[in-house]
Parts: sequence; structure tokens; C-alpha cells
Amino acid sequence: MVQTSSIDTPRRPTPAPGQHDDDVVTVIGPDGQANPATDPRLGVEMERRLYTAMVRTRIVDQQLERLQRQGRIGFHIGSLGEEACILGSVAAFREQDWIFPCYREFGALLWRGMPLQRYVDNMYGNANDPVKGRQMPDHYTGRPYRFGSVSSPIGTQITQAVGFGWAARLRRDPIAVGVYFGDGATSSNDFHTGMNFAGVFRAPVVFLLRNNRWAISVPVERQSASRTLADKGIAYGVRAVRCDGNDALATYAVVREAVERAARGEGPTLVEMLTYRLGGHSTSDDPRAYRAQDEVEAWRRTDPLVRMRRRLEALGAWSEADEQRWRAEVEAELRACIETAERTPPPALSSMFDDVYAQRPWHLREQAESCERGPRARAHGHGGGH
Amino acid sequence: MSEMNLVQAINAALRQEMRRNPDVVVLGEDVGKVGGVFRVTQGLWEEFGDERVIDTPLAEGGIIGTAIGMALYGLRPVPEIQFADFIYPAFDQIVSEAAKYRYRSGGEYPCPITIRTPVGGGIRGGHYHSQSPEALFIHTPGLKVVCPSNPYDAKGLLVSSIRDDDPVLFFEPKRVYRAVKMEVPDEEYTIPLGVAKIVRPGDHVTVIAWGAMLYEALASADEVAAEGISCEVIDLRTLWPVDIDTLVQSVQKTGRFVVVHEAPKSCGYGAELVSLLTEKCFLRLEAPPVRVTGWDTPFPYTLENEYLPLQHRIVPALRETARY
Repeated sequence: MVQTSSIDTPRRPTPAPGQHDDDVVTVIGPDGQANPATDPRLGVEMERRLYTAMVRTRIVDQQLERLQRQGRIGFHIGSLGEEACILGSVAAFREQDWIFPCYREFGALLWRGMPLQRYVDNMYGNANDPVKGRQMPDHYTGRPYRFGSVSSPIGTQITQAVGFGWAARLRRDPIAVGVYFGDGATSSNDFHTGMNFAGVFRAPVVFLLRNNRWAISVPVERQSASRTLADKGIAYGVRAVRCDGNDALATYAVVREAVERAARGEGPTLVEMLTYRLGGHSTSDDPRAYRAQDEVEAWRRTDPLVRMRRRLEALGAWSEADEQRWRAEVEAELRACIETAERTPPPALSSMFDDVYAQRPWHLREQAESCERGPRARAHGHGGGH
Repeated sequence: MSEMNLVQAINAALRQEMRRNPDVVVLGEDVGKVGGVFRVTQGLWEEFGDERVIDTPLAEGGIIGTAIGMALYGLRPVPEIQFADFIYPAFDQIVSEAAKYRYRSGGEYPCPITIRTPVGGGIRGGHYHSQSPEALFIHTPGLKVVCPSNPYDAKGLLVSSIRDDDPVLFFEPKRVYRAVKMEVPDEEYTIPLGVAKIVRPGDHVTVIAWGAMLYEALASADEVAAEGISCEVIDLRTLWPVDIDTLVQSVQKTGRFVVVHEAPKSCGYGAELVSLLTEKCFLRLEAPPVRVTGWDTPFPYTLENEYLPLQHRIVPALRETARY
């Protein structure tokens, strides 16, 4: 007789917004006080930097959405409600570390040093766009800031981050590589392969899983029957932790520890950041078609900006006047960037044929010449997106 | 000079480049201790160790995704896909990522990887150890595609591929892995990508082939030579970007051409070659271009030699084209 046993690990019930299991690291309490056991003790200056970056991200998001509605840009993919998990995580990396983005982390790109003007140029696909108008908005690149290049296929950056980390170790560079992706990507081939390779190779990678509960219209319960997404780390021999992704300090604390472990050669970590996508998947999506407004409103009450601000106010480090001043400053900066981007011409026609290869082969020289001599399209469009 | 077969020449190229440049690494399934299922990487693990000759878990998408990450860091990875038939799980990484990295990042991120993989039939491998998927990659902007036919070219072309700043698909014709032996220099040399070779000059019909089918083309040219048909046989060596000048010059001279390849006919690379040469040599053509290719079926096991465009099918095509 073969003995059989069953392991009963039911899926964790859907938590109420802001409520977490005991294994989920949190720092900022409802009163704005930090839990001394988990507080990364960043100091007031750094906490202010984090908060102001979160506010800047929110303002840029909201303005870009308006521009899309007005038909001035073709597309935007926002991070409304995910500012704490994006900024808290990217801030935990050191200058020498590298970031492989998904497409929802422009806040992380700006944190790493990309000028706002260049990001806005990317939204317009103009001549100053870092990707030369070749990709949709929010498909940026930031090599000078040790920041990767965005593609739309889900999860492909995950195995690449593992190879990048392997290469760094081969060169004896003690860096960590952070790679962002969403809950939907945990179903992708590249997530499984990347986690598996990282476990086997002990690659210095921090897997930054933004669990915002929605992959376009599909809820996280439909992505996986695992008790939690962090549980997937067990199968690959990858250390996994969960944090409150709406708590910038908790996110910073767990990611920072993972970064240091990776850089010391102690292997990869999967960080499941529990958050919520308050907006649509992108400007092309209307989430009212598939989720209840009550759910959204409940999560809105856990707004990461409100939480971080309460923390700073409890420290006496932020006031309504500070808030007004900062918002006005960001809005003015953004307005100027948009004006400049709108005045900037589209990329030169011949640039369409550059960078396919290091040098243009004969067939692209021939086609570029034919295109330049041929009839012109009536307009450069920026239609919808996905 | 040493007498080498194709396997030994590729091995020598890898060893030479790994000694020359510490950034060159090899990764794939069984490439380490056992030296690959065809023994192409034999001895590299002993010389260069675990960190540069990497046995990976069994996932082609992971092999190529990892190699891309290494290339972005600045290494020169040479991933191996055990059989070209198993490249499809990595298709997304090759087509959506490697091929587009330089372009989509505005030139910030070149992706210099050389993907080695055995192609073609003739080893009784059935569907999944015989295919020739070159057209899929030629169709993808950003990739270069190479297929040597002999040990000398294999070494020189692999060295050029590894040193090239763009992603290269390096297809190795496994039917002739050990069948062709020749003297190969022990010292460094390169054969530039994008340069075809006229392996047999002739006047009446141009025959375009590559890899293992080159030998069928040559044998066919020999056979029809007795009937007074003089064939100019061209080994493409680099499939893409193709050496258009050599092809056009030859077809301008002969006015007739035949393309031979193992892959299925419809939308195969032969279709593109026929279009290109028709566009460029239309007024000089004296016969319809002919493709001698695999049939539009999955690659068969028992009837392999009926599927492949071997001498028995090339010879009649040459006769008809010459006499048209």
C-alpha cells in the first residue's frame, strides 16, 4: 500500500484593504507611528525625499491621464495607489545596483535620476525621446541611471535580470539587480524560469512583485491557487518575504535587506509587495467593467500617500504649507516639460532605420532611401494602446 | 594547420575566443561536463570552469533570457540550443527581446549574443531533431543568421559572430558535423559576415545553397556537367543580411537560378531570394526561378530522403532550368 497524504493549504482569504497576515511586514501604523521592531530608521530627510517623490509620481500620473483624455498623448500606464511600493523599493537600491523595469515604474526611473523632461519626451515620442519615438509611451530606457529598457511582453525581463546578475558575479561586481513585475506575470513562463534559474545559480536578484491584485481585468485569485504569491519562492528554493506595499517604509526595509543579501552573495529574494491598482490597467482600460467601485473606494482609504504624510506629520516634518508648496513646484515643472515636449518635433524620418543593427546593412540603406524619396504620410498619429 | 571536422572547428573557435576574451561564456543544456550532445563544447568546462561553461536547467526561454541579461551587462554569451527544433520556447526572448533591444532602447542597449544550434535533417531525427527554421529569424529585423557548410568557414564565421555587436543565429548543419574534414588553421582568422562564396564557377545556371545542402548542389552540378550544363554554385554562408552583390552578379551572368533549401517551400527563405533576384535581375532572366526545397509537411522520419532536396531532385531542376 502506498501511503498518501494531502496537504491542505487553502488559498488565503482575500484580506480587507489594509489588513494583513502576521508575516506581512508593516512599519507605519494608523496613527503615523513607526513600529520600532521593523522601522528601517531612514531619518527625516530620506523619509521626506520618499514622500515628495511619491507625490510627484501621483501628480505626473494624474496629469498624463488628462493629456491622454485630451488626445495630446496616445497612451499612459499609471501607478495610482502603488507609489509606496515603487518608491520604497527603488530607494532601497544603491547607486551601483541595476533595475530591470516592467512598465508601471516611471516613478522608479525618475528616482534613479532620469530628468522629468526626458520622461515627458517619451510620452510624446518626440525627437528627444530616449527611445527615439520607436515605442509606445511608458516604454522608456535609462542606461545612464542603471535602469533597463521596457518591453510589453510580460515577464521577459525576469530571466534577463537573472543573467545580468550572473554576469555581475562573474566579474566580481558585488551588485544587486532588482526586477519589477506584477501579479499577472507570476503566471508567465519567464517568472517560473527566472525564479528557477536564480535559485539554482544563487543569482544576486531581488524579485520585486507588485501584487496590485489586478492583471487588466483578471483578479489575483485567477492567476494562482497558491496560498500567497510569495509561497512560490519555496518551490524554487528562493527566499520570499511579504510586505505591506502601501507602506513605503516597510517596503524599503524588506527590499533593503534583500539587496544587501544579494550583494553579499547570499542569493535571491522574492518580495511580494501587497498593494492595489487604484486606476485602470492603462488609459485604454475602464475597470468599471469588471470590478466593484466599493472595492476601489475601500482601497482608496489605504492611500499610501496619506499614510506616509501622516508619518511625516507625526514627526513634525511636514505641514499643509509644505504640501501646497511642493505640489505647486511639481505642477510648474511638469507644465514646463509638457510645453517643451509639445514644441519638440518628431524624430527624423531616417532615424527609423537606425539601431536595427550596429551598422545599416544594404537592405536597410536601400529601404531608407526608398522611404525618404517616397510619399509622406499625412500625419504622425498617436492612437490608442492596450 | 590541423585536420578538423565541423564539430572540432566550432570547438576550436569557442576555445580560442574564450581564451582571448574572458567575457565569452557558453551556456545551455549539457554543454558542461559531457560537452554537449554532439560534443561541440567538449573540454571547455575542464578548461574554463563552471562560471563560464554553464549547464543550465532545461528551459530554452531561460537560456536565451539569461544570455540576453549577460549581454546587456557586457559579456559575450554563446548560448546553445540543443536542437533548432527546441528553439521555440525561446522564440519570445529572441524575437521580442534580443532582436529589438538595440532599436527599442534608442541604441542604449546592444545585445551581442550568438545562439548556436544544430539544424537540418539527415540524421534520422524525425519532426523534432531535423527542422530548419531560418526563415523565421530572417523575417525578424535585428537578427543576423549564419550557416556554415565546412570546418574552415565554421571557425571563421563563429569568431566573427561572437565578435559582432548584433545578435546572431548560428545554425550548424548537423548532417555534416563529422562528414566533412579539412585543414583548418590553428591561428586566429575571421570570415566576415555577409559575404557569400562562389564554390564552383559556371556559366549556365546559378545554384544557391548553404549548410548541408551545399554538397547536394555540388554533386548535382557535377552530374549535369557531363551533359554540358555549367553551374555556378554559391554557398551563402551568411543567410542574413545576404550578400546580394555576389548573387546579382552571378544571376546577371547566367540568367537562370535555382535555390536549394531543406525548410518547407512556402514562405521559406527561397521565396525571399527569388523575389530579391527577380526584382534586381528581371530583364536578364531567361527561365523561371526554381526552388528545390523540403515539402510543406512536417519533417518525416522514414521518408526523410524523399523530403530532403537531395541530388535526385536537384538534377532535374537544373536540367529544366538550363533548357527552358
